[in-house]
Amino acid sequence: MNIHEHQAKKILKEFGAPIAAGIAITHLDEAKKAIASLPGPVWVVKSQIHAGGRGKGWFKELGDDAKGGVRVSFSVDEALANAKEMFGKTLVTKQTGPNGKTVNQLYVEAGADIERELYLSILVDRETSKTSFVVSTEGGMDIEAVARDTPELIHSIGISASSGCTNLDAAKLADALTLTGVARDQGMALFKTLYNAFVGKDMSLLEINPLIVTKSNEVQVLDAKVSFDGNALFRHPDIMELRDETEQDKKEVEASKYDLAYIALDGEIGCMVNGAGLAMATMDIIKLYGSKPANFLDVGGSATTERVTAAFKIITADPNVKGILVNIFGGIMRCDVIAEGVVQAAKDINLKVPLVVRLEGTKVDEGKAIINSSGLNVIAANDLDDAAQKIVEAVKGMAHVNFNQ
Amino acid sequence: MSILINKDTKIIVQGLTGKTGTFHTEQALAYHGTQMVAGTHPKKGGQTWTSADGQNLPLFSTVAEAKDRTGANASVIYVPPGSAAAAIQESIDAGIELITCITEGVPVMDMVQIKETLKKSNSRLIGPNCPGLMTPDECKIGIMPPSIFRRGSVGVLSRSGTLTYEAVYQTSMVGLGQSSAVGIGGDPVKGTEFIDVLEMFLADEDTESIIMIGEIGGSAEEDAAQFLIDEAKKGHEKPMVGFIAGRTSPPGRTMGHAGAVISGGKGGASEKIDALEAAGVRVSASPAQLGVTLLDLLNG
Repeated sequence: MNIHEHQAKKILKEFGAPIAAGIAITHLDEAKKAIASLPGPVWVVKSQIHAGGRGKGWFKELGDDAKGGVRVSFSVDEALANAKEMFGKTLVTKQTGPNGKTVNQLYVEAGADIERELYLSILVDRETSKTSFVVSTEGGMDIEAVARDTPELIHSIGISASSGCTNLDAAKLADALTLTGVARDQGMALFKTLYNAFVGKDMSLLEINPLIVTKSNEVQVLDAKVSFDGNALFRHPDIMELRDETEQDKKEVEASKYDLAYIALDGEIGCMVNGAGLAMATMDIIKLYGSKPANFLDVGGSATTERVTAAFKIITADPNVKGILVNIFGGIMRCDVIAEGVVQAAKDINLKVPLVVRLEGTKVDEGKAIINSSGLNVIAANDLDDAAQKIVEAVKGMAHVNFNQ
Repeated sequence: MSILINKDTKIIVQGLTGKTGTFHTEQALAYHGTQMVAGTHPKKGGQTWTSADGQNLPLFSTVAEAKDRTGANASVIYVPPGSAAAAIQESIDAGIELITCITEGVPVMDMVQIKETLKKSNSRLIGPNCPGLMTPDECKIGIMPPSIFRRGSVGVLSRSGTLTYEAVYQTSMVGLGQSSAVGIGGDPVKGTEFIDVLEMFLADEDTESIIMIGEIGGSAEEDAAQFLIDEAKKGHEKPMVGFIAGRTSPPGRTMGHAGAVISGGKGGASEKIDALEAAGVRVSASPAQLGVTLLDLLNG
């Protein structure tokens, strides 16, 4: 789960990280008061969307010469004008995709006197199975480009789960970022603070780009991007409240209410599958036979009839769906439960597109019996290959086998 | 021979009294007499669990006590995600050799902690978020559907549960069968990696060929490919078919499994396929062609 920059900064501030004064704006009429409450002489007005690259982004509704989504302003009036220009507009960045994201919130922050821009992130390194810091002296820019062009400038330091971020770890990080004097002391304290926030709140990514050293040699968190481990949200009700559903696809929000892993895609065959791997493989085989999947949907291992029904409704709510493939290989998931859900849903929504069902595994005979006696017009498939061919045929009229794609 | 489990494996169930634990323990008991020997529940020690067909298993308060009284060497975990790490830890502390955690949705940070203690212990963990493992006609741990298995010569390993079933089903259909099948799980931090299982399959006399199923995200498949190249130089080599799920998945989106995401230009399918092919693995483009591709490879 992702949150906005201003929310991330509030959390980090509570843990004791040095953050500039700032105020979030959710309605434009709050902007003037918010800007005036900061002392100046520099105000930074920042678009709040769940994507990086905002500074270099562009607004769909504004001209080519308009500035990006993060604007430095030198008077209250200029800051207000920037706020008015950005609010409610669609910001397109490297990470939003071509459709961009609507700026529903702004964050106004006191400007900083920047001497150096550094990069810092914390994540779980799956190769070492450790929480790791990734730091670089090359902050403020696209870190993936730095990693590609000058990998020697990226330093990674793994932290022991039992001892946490030690003085030795913090010193190594300060060395890697060439911090000296007061900034070094502040940095070493900050690294521990950030580690504690990461672990304490079950974050999956904490990225500070840039972390700055000011002209008075102090460190400050200038930007903050935080994602949380969805599996751990049950123990962080405070974090769950920060969810901004306007940032997510509506169907994905609906699916998450039923614990369904759903991702909308742009094809024509709706898929309902159990297991993430099989769901991806089902998408792959649809492509091999010359069509495109409309979605990824994993009903999970413990789906009930109710959840299967919900899944079916979400799939068919997509107007691009011209046919549906249900592919279930039951292990923990029982085929009879799936079958009941499919029959119920197909009746509820008066299904009009072709439906191919492939069932295998636990309680497969019971599942097939339920489908067969339902009176529904279902195309039964014997195996995955058969199922993929049949749904593509049903949607296209003919199958094109292309294993070189 | 087989790997990890056989007819002598004795298994404790953590979370036996729940619906999922009960269902799959009944299935295991019915599978060639898999030795399910006890269950644990902190408040139900001393009581008895009874299956639908009247078989009884003793319940103990702790794993340590259950191990002491039954001589168990393995455990399987069917508890909710919030208690899974504590359950794994309890099995590690009790000195269980083989721990299998079926539970899906375990917080990553919990697994980071577990992984550190696991390294200092003598226990092996399979999972979490995995279907478990099977040695056909001998032993079933976890949730794999028994009807698709056939005793034979293919070692099956996979990051994805249901794709494990595909590989098993297809190798049964072409008449090869399986020596053992292991689902290592789809989470980014897990107990056992591809390399660990590959090493066992390469050493196992009953395993004549291998099917390995990977997916997008991370670099476990690339690591496995390098391992296979290194082992081949030492003369350890077996015919192998691979498949990578997620060739059509968009970057930056987590595809259900917490581990299945292409991020920062890493973890894409094509790099993994290239790496496996360079290691001599025949990679099937279709998930429906695993069995026939292997048969084709074996028949030269």
